[in-house]
Amino acid sequence: MLKILKYSFYDLMRSRWSYVYFAFYLLLGVVLLFLNNDLSKAVITLMNVIIILVPLIGTIFGVMYYYNSKEFTELLLAQPLKRSSIFLGQYLGVALSLSMSLILGLGIPFMFYGLFKSSAIWDFSLLLITGTFLTLIFTALAFNIALSNENKIKGFGYAILLWLFLAVIYDGLFLMTLIMFEDYPLDKLSLVGTMLNPIDLSRTLILLKLDISALLGYTGAVFKQFFGTNFGLIVSFIMLTVWVVLPVLRITFKAKKKDF
Amino acid sequence: MVTIENLHKKFGKNQVLSGVDLTITDGGIFAVLGPNGSGKTTLIKSVLGMVIPNKGTITVLGEDIKKNSDYRHKIDYLPQIANFPSNLKVKELIKMIKDLRKSTTEDQRLIELFKLEPFLDKKLGNLSGGTKQKVNIVLTFMFNSPLIILDEPTTGLDPISLIRLKDLIQTEKTKGKTILITSHIMSFVEDISDEIVFILEGKIYFKGSIQKLKTKTNQPDFEHAIASILTDNHA
Repeated sequence: MLKILKYSFYDLMRSRWSYVYFAFYLLLGVVLLFLNNDLSKAVITLMNVIIILVPLIGTIFGVMYYYNSKEFTELLLAQPLKRSSIFLGQYLGVALSLSMSLILGLGIPFMFYGLFKSSAIWDFSLLLITGTFLTLIFTALAFNIALSNENKIKGFGYAILLWLFLAVIYDGLFLMTLIMFEDYPLDKLSLVGTMLNPIDLSRTLILLKLDISALLGYTGAVFKQFFGTNFGLIVSFIMLTVWVVLPVLRITFKAKKKDF
Repeated sequence: MVTIENLHKKFGKNQVLSGVDLTITDGGIFAVLGPNGSGKTTLIKSVLGMVIPNKGTITVLGEDIKKNSDYRHKIDYLPQIANFPSNLKVKELIKMIKDLRKSTTEDQRLIELFKLEPFLDKKLGNLSGGTKQKVNIVLTFMFNSPLIILDEPTTGLDPISLIRLKDLIQTEKTKGKTILITSHIMSFVEDISDEIVFILEGKIYFKGSIQKLKTKTNQPDFEHAIASILTDNHA
């Protein structure tokens, strides 16, 4: 698996898009720091960008890479390699190169700004960890979609829909349910609702750490009240890990049964 | 060498293979023939484990291929359409495949044989179909495996390369290897194969030497013998 990972990673490192992605974060980091002049505010702005953008890029890159490397995959399938290692290697190649663009792109400007002397270092690290989790989750979901759809256009369509659903529509539906059933106790429901969406979960996680009650919202407040800050952080990390593990398991399962 | 028992494969509603039983003995060149869509490639891909059969068992060199990938160390496979990652250089691709399988020095000789030196630093996306096929052949023959599977090896090759390929296949045969070929070029098949396997509608219709096929169909030459099977079954 490590060899496949190595080749996929090199392949992507040579692709123009990894650099565009990297340059975008570099620019974003620089602009935010020099316009804001305040590290913690920059972190909050970054959170809002990361939470929407990272899933989108992860989904699109994942689907694109899978369809583009179809020939490479077929070549590998005839070699004495396990199917699961081929697909996991490719998945990790994409997810890790995206995470690296994110971490380096944002890390470099912040490092120059004097992050290590600042108290915001933990908030910032958490932001990067969450970003990495989101990359892992959404690339895995994208691979799932691509494996289940031979048709590229359909695959792309479903991937975009998935992102749109989790990033935008889900929140709307969630809010509507809360309003419709406001006469009932909704603590448990809203907790479950947050856990079922990795984007919401990441947002809550970061806001819990930043400890900004005004931004927490209803679910965040319930989360905090229910779990407390520290336990809340642990629970959300566990949920994010589950969100990575389940789609990855499905990749190996699906890959074993597919015909090429 | 290869034993296939009661192999069934369906793609959606399309039943491609329906109960194939086939034994390929050690050594010799076997040609798998059949009309378009008869299931030749599916059969070959099942042996390679790229297509998962609905029913049936396949053993390669005594090993059941289910849930096992190591047996592919003993197979060299030439895919039908040479599709390679287009942003890799020929040199890099050869190096990569060697890294994934095992190291070999055979590639130098094959590169010289097919005059591929000028293309080594070119990207695979910029190569012509025939040159890609030559790269494909180099990748297949550079490992010294006891079983070689060639799916339409002649596609896009110029006459001189075709002669070289035939010689290459013959030398591999003298080393005692088993070679499985599919092709639509009847003269090529007639030239090199020891035995033919004819697939029709997902079943083995005929297995034996070319001479036997000629007597069976009462035709003087090979091409007409094949044609007569097809007309008799589709008329």
